Amino acid sequence: MPFLIGEAMTGGYGAADILHDCTIAVEKGEIAVIVGPNGAGKSTAMKAVFGMLKLRKGRVVLDGTDITDLSPQDRVAKGMAFVPQTQNIFTSMTVEENLEMGAFLRRDDIRTTMEQIYHLFPILRDKRRQAAGELSGGQRQQVAVGRALMTQPKLLMLDEPTAGVSPIVMDELFDRIIEVARTGISILMVEQNARQALEIADKGYVLVQGANRYTDTGEALLANPEVRKSFLGG
Amino acid sequence: MHDFLNGLVVLLNYVIIPATTYGSQLALGALGVTLVYGILRFSNFAHGDTMAFGTMVTILFTWLFQSWGISLGPLPTALLAMPIGIVVTALFLLGTDRLVYRFYRKQKAAPVILVIVSMGVMFIMNGLVRFIIGTGEQNFDDGTRVIINPFAFKDATGLDQGLALRTTQVITVVTAVVVVAALFWFLNRTRSGKSMRAFSDNEDLALLSGINPERVVTITWILVAILTTVAGVLYGLDKSFKPFTYFQLLLPIFASAVVGGLGNPLGAIGGGFLVAYSEVAVTYAFKLVLKYWLPAGLQPSGLVQLMGTDYKYAVSFAILIIVLLFKPTGLFKGKSV
Repeated sequence: MPFLIGEAMTGGYGAADILHDCTIAVEKGEIAVIVGPNGAGKSTAMKAVFGMLKLRKGRVVLDGTDITDLSPQDRVAKGMAFVPQTQNIFTSMTVEENLEMGAFLRRDDIRTTMEQIYHLFPILRDKRRQAAGELSGGQRQQVAVGRALMTQPKLLMLDEPTAGVSPIVMDELFDRIIEVARTGISILMVEQNARQALEIADKGYVLVQGANRYTDTGEALLANPEVRKSFLGG
Repeated sequence: MHDFLNGLVVLLNYVIIPATTYGSQLALGALGVTLVYGILRFSNFAHGDTMAFGTMVTILFTWLFQSWGISLGPLPTALLAMPIGIVVTALFLLGTDRLVYRFYRKQKAAPVILVIVSMGVMFIMNGLVRFIIGTGEQNFDDGTRVIINPFAFKDATGLDQGLALRTTQVITVVTAVVVVAALFWFLNRTRSGKSMRAFSDNEDLALLSGINPERVVTITWILVAILTTVAGVLYGLDKSFKPFTYFQLLLPIFASAVVGGLGNPLGAIGGGFLVAYSEVAVTYAFKLVLKYWLPAGLQPSGLVQLMGTDYKYAVSFAILIIVLLFKPTGLFKGKSV
């Protein structure tokens, strides 16, 4: 069984279902990427895994434990961390305070984790006394990822981490995400930049209308002519 | 030179000292309004009556202490009773939250509904205070009344005008500085304070970080109890306690919080002083000051008073309207209303 699996998830926000029998899984220390056209339910699938959406059918299992009925907060305590697409930092607080708030649930010494994050994102160390809202788009994403990593999660979930950042910053963010995965943290990510994201993905999920269309390794999906034609622009 | 000093003493007596005192009281009140707005996300109309409630409890205990013969010597006994007033008010506010606000919070009610709810709470508190202590005016100031006696000042300096500085004015400013410093230390340095700021900044992300919203709300009400009781007692010592006056204070307090930018504590302080100085300066007759300061031929024959003191609330109201029209986020980068 994979480290995390959202199995046969069916559900939506109101009466109509958005997800139909959708399955998403990540192995330990691997990167899984969800891609698909607009309105395919990518972010919804992510929210379902994190418990922000009531499932009508299906279940979510983390590290062998069924967590389907847990609230998002309880899932954070179980080792999941989530970086929302927008409003993912405390803009009026300093970078360092953002990281401190990320570690709010921890009662032990957080300085080592903070050091690791400054090591991963060196620019944050220089800006640690600055209000996070004054930073550039790419730096804000680094703060957002850093905040999520402060809980020392086993699974990091990113909702379009490269939305609105320049291509150079995007490449760098992807490099950092690979680095995080190498430390043994599983990563589940929704991405608009499908090609680049699949290049770093161990596993890729192509969703269409809330259902799995293609599921394979990132490499195989990139090589698949049908996927290329329909979703990667040739 | 002699004339200049005389004019300065008059200005200190009637404008600077009273406005600074009043500004400190408004700043404390506005801080409470801004905290509730930032954390609970509604404008609390019951704020003035919460001040009245806290002051009432303090007065009742002051009388009790006086009947026991306990006093603070030169300082007003009310300072001794104030901590009790704070505790009772905190319990009262937490009870109100449990009974009323929590229900609407669970339903994720819109801010405008909470505003109306707070008006209901205001009427209840209003009635409760009047029922317990009456509608009349209460004076509860004791201890030494003055620090600088105007007659002694005149004798000592040889000026025509005597400087007057009352104990309550000094106590007001000193207490306000201490309370504000403690509040900022709490918000910026402690774990609980930072979690409050985080909650105010981005509620969803605060929940994702494991911050417990009910705990944040509880701390907020306790801080509100401290701020309202201190502000109310200081105002009552400086002037006098009357439930209706406290209800009326709502307007300048809201004007202060909005001018500074709702949700921004620094703004609340700046706003408090801005409103206080405007109110005092606009309603003061500058004739006497100008008599000393202007050369003989230019001295005004009129009062040089822009507005009668009866209109002092119009000043707050005008400031409120102007800020809302031209700079709804306030002068210090707050949230727009």
